[in-house]
Amino acid sequence: MNEDKLIIGGHEFHSRFILGSGKYSLKLIEAAVRDAGAEVITLAVRRANTKEQENILDYIPEGVTLLPNTSGARTAEEAVRIACLARELGCGNFVKIEIMRDSKYLLPDNQETIRATEMLAKKGFVVLPYMYPDLYAARDLVNAGAAAVMPLAAPIGSNKGLATRDFIQILVDEIDLPIIVDAGIGKPSQACEAMEMGAAAIMANTALATAGDLPLMAAAFRQAIEAGRKAYLSGLGRVLTRGGSASDPLTGFLRD
Amino acid sequence: MVKINGEEQAVAGQTVAEYLEKAGYCRTRVAVERNGEIIPKAEYDHTVLNEGDAVEVVSFVGGG
Repeated sequence: MNEDKLIIGGHEFHSRFILGSGKYSLKLIEAAVRDAGAEVITLAVRRANTKEQENILDYIPEGVTLLPNTSGARTAEEAVRIACLARELGCGNFVKIEIMRDSKYLLPDNQETIRATEMLAKKGFVVLPYMYPDLYAARDLVNAGAAAVMPLAAPIGSNKGLATRDFIQILVDEIDLPIIVDAGIGKPSQACEAMEMGAAAIMANTALATAGDLPLMAAAFRQAIEAGRKAYLSGLGRVLTRGGSASDPLTGFLRD
Repeated sequence: MVKINGEEQAVAGQTVAEYLEKAGYCRTRVAVERNGEIIPKAEYDHTVLNEGDAVEVVSFVGGG
């Protein structure tokens, strides 16, 4: 098999696990990155606090690509503002667009996300938009210059798994960009299933942050994602709608 | 007064570099925006904060 790489905006990655860094101790980041085998980690931008002398950048191993998100943005303009501040923080030009006008379900606003994607792609960003899995929106994101599309599996932080399975499958089948399943993936089996469906990568945060042993769960996700990828590449076996099909020879039975 | 991260502060006349140092920010770990415009790091030393400016000082935190 040729080397299997994930290519996002011309950058090559071997890992298909994008790690979140929210809601857990900075001290666990290094172990999480290592055990996840992650090459990309997400971050948020917030007002700086002079009382906190520790900075998350001091805890992220060298060589890991930073993927700042635009959380807190309610419009495309706010997302652009946050993305530009993130780029000024001096860590590359990747950005995950996150635009929400709703704080109960935290659902992304696809319309504003399409606008922000176009604006940021024009500014030279590698744009990864977080979106509700809708085919037309995904096509618009492609046309707007997205480098990948990040459909949600279930509401952010819910750990509910692939609630949008069929619609993610449509994006996998129809969109000619990496489909990175983001939000809602709660356990490794769900990550594996999304990869079996042909997702290019998985983004997870809360599933790890709320696990009993974070680095161990990171390792479990890594293996599940790798297993799902191999299964997808191998081509899944067919499913019978009725009846069974013997796995053993139907001749040479030990009887008259 | 200068509004910094939502709080009024009596720092008009200071340069951005002076303000960041006195306030205890690590200048390599923050980005600064004034009245909606990003101030490049190379300009911190000679950019003076004016009365009525609205300034945001941001940094990376953990997120998903």
